Amino acid sequence: MKKSISQIKKSLQDKSISVNELYQEYFSIAKKNSHNSFNFVVNEDYNDHNIQLSQSRYDSGKPLPLDGIPLGIKDLFCTKGIRTTASSKILSNFIPQYESFVTQQLINDGSLFIGKNNCDEFAMGSSNETSYFGPVINPRKSKNAPNDNFVPGGSSGGSAASVAEGACVASMGTDTGGSIRQPASLCGLVGLKPTFGSCSRWGIIAFASSLDQAGPITNCVEDAAYILNSINKHDFNDSTSSNHQRDDYVTNLHTKFDQSIKIGIPKDYLKDLNSDVLQQIENTKKVLSKHNIEFVDVEFTTTDYALSTYYIIAPAEASSNLSRYDGIRYGLREDGKNLDEIYLNTRTSGFGEEVTRRILIGTYVLSAGYYDAYYRKAQKVRRLIKNDFQRIFQDVDFILTPTTPNEAFKIGDKLDPISMYMNDVFTVPTSLAGLPGISLPSGLSSNGLPLGIQIIGNYFQEKNLLKLALLAEKELAFNE
Amino acid sequence: MSNNWEMVIGLEVHAQLKTNSKLFSSTPNQFGSEPNENVNFIDSGMPGMLPVLNFGCIEKAIKTGFALNFTINKHSVFERKNYFYPDLPQGYQISQFEYPILSEGYIDIDQNNKEKKRIRIERAHLEQDAGKSIHDIDPKFSFIDLNRVGTPLLEIVSYPDLSSADDVVNYMSSLRQILMYIDVCDGNMQEGSLRADVNLSVRRPGEDLGTRCEIKNLNSFKFIRQAIEFESQRQIQIIESGGKIEQNTMLFDTSTGETRAMRSKEFSHDYRYFPDPDLLPITLSQEQIDIIKPTLGELPNQKLDRYINEFKLDKDISKIIISEKENTIIFEKLVSESDVNPKTIASWLVGDIFAYIKENQKEVSFLENKTQNIIELLQLISEDVISNKVGKDILPKVIEGIKSPKDLVKEMGLEQVSDTHELEQIIDNALEGEEENINKFKSGSDRVLGYFVGKCLKATKGKGNPKMINKILLEKLSK
Repeated sequence: MKKSISQIKKSLQDKSISVNELYQEYFSIAKKNSHNSFNFVVNEDYNDHNIQLSQSRYDSGKPLPLDGIPLGIKDLFCTKGIRTTASSKILSNFIPQYESFVTQQLINDGSLFIGKNNCDEFAMGSSNETSYFGPVINPRKSKNAPNDNFVPGGSSGGSAASVAEGACVASMGTDTGGSIRQPASLCGLVGLKPTFGSCSRWGIIAFASSLDQAGPITNCVEDAAYILNSINKHDFNDSTSSNHQRDDYVTNLHTKFDQSIKIGIPKDYLKDLNSDVLQQIENTKKVLSKHNIEFVDVEFTTTDYALSTYYIIAPAEASSNLSRYDGIRYGLREDGKNLDEIYLNTRTSGFGEEVTRRILIGTYVLSAGYYDAYYRKAQKVRRLIKNDFQRIFQDVDFILTPTTPNEAFKIGDKLDPISMYMNDVFTVPTSLAGLPGISLPSGLSSNGLPLGIQIIGNYFQEKNLLKLALLAEKELAFNE
Repeated sequence: MSNNWEMVIGLEVHAQLKTNSKLFSSTPNQFGSEPNENVNFIDSGMPGMLPVLNFGCIEKAIKTGFALNFTINKHSVFERKNYFYPDLPQGYQISQFEYPILSEGYIDIDQNNKEKKRIRIERAHLEQDAGKSIHDIDPKFSFIDLNRVGTPLLEIVSYPDLSSADDVVNYMSSLRQILMYIDVCDGNMQEGSLRADVNLSVRRPGEDLGTRCEIKNLNSFKFIRQAIEFESQRQIQIIESGGKIEQNTMLFDTSTGETRAMRSKEFSHDYRYFPDPDLLPITLSQEQIDIIKPTLGELPNQKLDRYINEFKLDKDISKIIISEKENTIIFEKLVSESDVNPKTIASWLVGDIFAYIKENQKEVSFLENKTQNIIELLQLISEDVISNKVGKDILPKVIEGIKSPKDLVKEMGLEQVSDTHELEQIIDNALEGEEENINKFKSGSDRVLGYFVGKCLKATKGKGNPKMINKILLEKLSK
């Protein structure tokens, strides 16, 4: 059983372990990188000084909220002085001279960065197979095919795998259409995507600006609350950062709800699902019903349009966000006889297949003559999707869905992009609406691979969302 | 231009806003720094960097809205204009497209001997400037200076209401004058603070609109005039010899005074505009708009009216003064700090004082701390201590300000002789042996009076008070 942040802090406080011993425990696993979950692990001595500082804070009885906690950081967060690549060839030599807002908060709170986690290139993918640094292997194995390698999900696949293999206590991921929740689910972990506008995007390499959101992948719900406390702050430098008053997500996390809770289960999500996945919803319903929680059927009218909408808006924004990678100022440059050739050679060589596909789709849907038919229409549908959620939240407090329509699949199994995109069918609507969602492990498939459930809350309801998730986690605790 | 043709011209003017920092970053917005000195992570398009709106630019836009009679939109949206160029680090320019901050304004411009003409303005929107590419330093390499990246621009787009080079120059100079008055733009065309794209077509009167060409990036009145004249002739010649105008983007070659079409590759962009997801739409309350109005100050036309009505100045002199805001600052300072007649001040200012400035290649602002001395000089003249002529002679010394005018006059012995007794003696001397002329005067010849005045002034070396000499002479001659 993996230790939670509060357990680790307790051991550090009562001196049953030192900060250095703890660090080495995780670092030794990270260094092996046996699941390719890191693009880079930090140097042996990188954290020496920080470990000392952390230890002295424990010794003086005044540790910081995340003091000494070893973390993985998705290689999409710019980390000052540490190579940051977005798992792309085009940024493979890029060392930022600035620290992202979110990782700065984690540093301020005393955590120790172990390395930069592998991910899909520019966070575009659902299996972590599009990385320039090769695919990540899911540490979880199928009991029916123990020698096969499964995907960890994506795009934060390296983050999930590194937590699952015990190379870090938690990892920071980003979620654009499910990139935290889906890999958390496939690796048997907790993944939280906060409300859009909660955590600053400043210093995170942009994929789709109106959807990108940072969040933790952790072993347990309480750890997610600890990390959220650190990273969920208003940032003046991100114009879309909300300046509402933040809760303390850890305090009172374990207390019962004062009021009765109503959870909606969208019927339309459960059509054509396999029985393993359906079973997760049934189980959850069963165990939570004891707690004065009512379940009702709800029905979305927009579910069928969510994926198409997402695959217009996200590539459109990406095509523009990625135009800065032109080989002129930093990153890869391939020479050419003239400017056009430099662009062409650099970008052809620097971007992988999936990124190229999405840039082309995005460029197409924004083109003169197609804008109204695709991009503008997609924005209208996005509004309808938001409205659809708000209609349902008039009746219920939370929405319960499976996180993914299936368990982890074998590396190399899904070759066509559309079937890959289908993986995000339950996470994408939440992202389009900007709502918070959390995935937590609910059970195992008949192959013994992890399956997860997603709980969706209303805007900025992370506190209650975490409380409910914690309750579900306790009730669903299953013997692996 | 031959009488058979008329021009239809619309202008897109880019005005660089006078703000401390850039439109979306905190880097200084200033001209003349070392290359790539005013560049931060946002300006250079580093991964993960985000724009943050400088609200000062919105305030400047609102000011412009009031001054140019625009509708100030409470809802406007920043969009990305996507294209690749090495001096555009983000790969897109943040601009406004579908929802600009200002729409439907106008300016009334002067026309030679005619009524004022109203030029309608379709819209004005905020956008970032790009950097500069320098291709002529090295045969092999191009150089990029990103200092200008992200500099705030207001693009002001007129309707095609202009019909001559004169119209265009009048419109542009009115615009420049107003923007400088309200402190929105420094108006420095040489440094590129104000530049224009000219859209021009020609037609025979009564015909439908012709095909237009756009001449890019003109940054002086002279070039604007030359470009319009060349381009209109070019189009007329093509049509008259049976050809057709191709819609084109033109460059103006300042060395030859000619326009030439850009290669189609240089402008055939599909900019793929879409709302910038990094920025929220701008939402303004009526209060936020209204609060700007009192900061506007007096506009050039309002000043013109006031100078004519309140100070009783001639229209022409008033126009010269209001042509530059700096002039009005000096003029109004002189008026408010003295009791000299504003008309006198105005004629000295646009006459000898401006002549001095021009001769010595100084700026009008040079006078700002010289006004006390100038006032003292004008007071000495109006109190008849010195003559107008002496005043003009010592003006350069007064402006240079080594000594106060009073000291100067005393030291140089330049006081006007107004002592009656002294003047009477001089006049008596002058009249001696002039019986013939005295008789001429008595028999009705006025001319002789001038002769005597001149003779007396000469005797005082120009210092005699001409009014008094006149008076005493008349008395004596009438005896």
